[in-house]
Amino acid sequence: MMQTVAIPPFERFYEEYRAEVLRLLRRKLGADRAEDAFQETFLRALRAYPRLDHGEHLRAWVLTIAQNVAVDTLRRARPTGELPDQGAKDAEPAYAELAELTDGLGAKERAAVVLRYGYDLSYEQIASALGSSPDAARQAASTGVRRIRRRISS
Amino acid sequence: MTVSPDLDRRFRDAATTLGLIDVGFDVVDSPIGDLFVAASDRGLATISFDPDPEGKLEQLARIAGPRVLRSSRSVDLARRELDEYFQRRRKSFDLTVDLRGLPPFTVTVLEQLARVPYGETTTYGDLARRVGHPRAARAVGTVMNRNRIPIVLPCHRVVGSTGDLTGYAGGLDVKQTLLELEGAR
Repeated sequence: MMQTVAIPPFERFYEEYRAEVLRLLRRKLGADRAEDAFQETFLRALRAYPRLDHGEHLRAWVLTIAQNVAVDTLRRARPTGELPDQGAKDAEPAYAELAELTDGLGAKERAAVVLRYGYDLSYEQIASALGSSPDAARQAASTGVRRIRRRISS
Repeated sequence: MTVSPDLDRRFRDAATTLGLIDVGFDVVDSPIGDLFVAASDRGLATISFDPDPEGKLEQLARIAGPRVLRSSRSVDLARRELDEYFQRRRKSFDLTVDLRGLPPFTVTVLEQLARVPYGETTTYGDLARRVGHPRAARAVGTVMNRNRIPIVLPCHRVVGSTGDLTGYAGGLDVKQTLLELEGAR
C-alpha cells in the first residue's frame, strides 16, 4: 500500500502556516485588509479540511486559498471587476515550475492547473481551495490546459 | 511577521462560533493545577492533569476528526462547571461526555461510575458487580486508570476494598484533595 502523509490536527497546520499566510496577504492587500482576509483564509481551510485525503502540499494548498481570498477582496474593492496583476513575479517558489507555462491564464484556471498537475491534488481539494465545486475545478483545469496547448502549438 | 494575539483569538472564536471545529481544547486553571480540557459538539472529550497539549492533539483527531483547534470558547461550559465544582457550588455535572472510540465494556463501566454520588466512595469490586461482571475488579481498575474524563467521571470516588486510595492519574494527593473537597474523607 502506498504511504501517504497523514493530515495533521488543524492546530498544527494553522501554527505552521499562519505567519506565512499573513505575510502574503499583507503584501497583496496591506495591513488593514489583510486581517479579515487572514480570518477568511483559515475559515475556508477549516471548511475544506475534512475533505482532504492526505496531508501533502498543505503549504501550496493554503497559500492558494489565501491568494484567492486576496483576489476576491480586491475584486470587491474594484467595481469594474478588474483583476490585480497575477504575474509570475508574485508566485511563491512552490509554483515556480509551472509559472511560465501558466502565465497568462486567469487566476482560477492557473490555480487549478498548478494544483492538479503540479501538486496532484484531487478536484475535491482544488474545489475547496478555490471555493467552487469539483466540477467547476475540473472545468477550470481543462480550460487552462487547453489554453496552454493552444499557446504552445501556435 | 507574527500573528497578533487579537487576530489569533478572533479567528479561533469565529471558527468555534461557526461550528467549524471537530474538537476544541484549552488549558483551564484549577486549585489542583492547570488542566488540559477538550470538548467536541457531543460533549466533554478529555480532561488531563498534564496541561501540555503535546501528543494529545493526534489522539483527539482520531476520536473526533482532524479539526482540532485551541479555543477558549469551546471549553467555556466545562470551565464554568469545573469552577463551580471546585468552589463547592456544584455537586453534579450537567456536561455531556464524548465517549467515542472507547470499547463497550469501558463505556458501561464509565456509565456506572457516573452514578456514584458526590461525597461517597465505592470500590473496584462493587463497580464490577454493578456492571454484571463481579470478578472483573481488576479490569474495572484499568478502566479507572485510563479514564479520559477524570473529575467529571468521578474515578476519584473509587477506592480499594480496604479503603486504600490505591491510585490516581493525577496523583494520590489530588485524589485525597477531591474527596476532602466533597466531604468524603
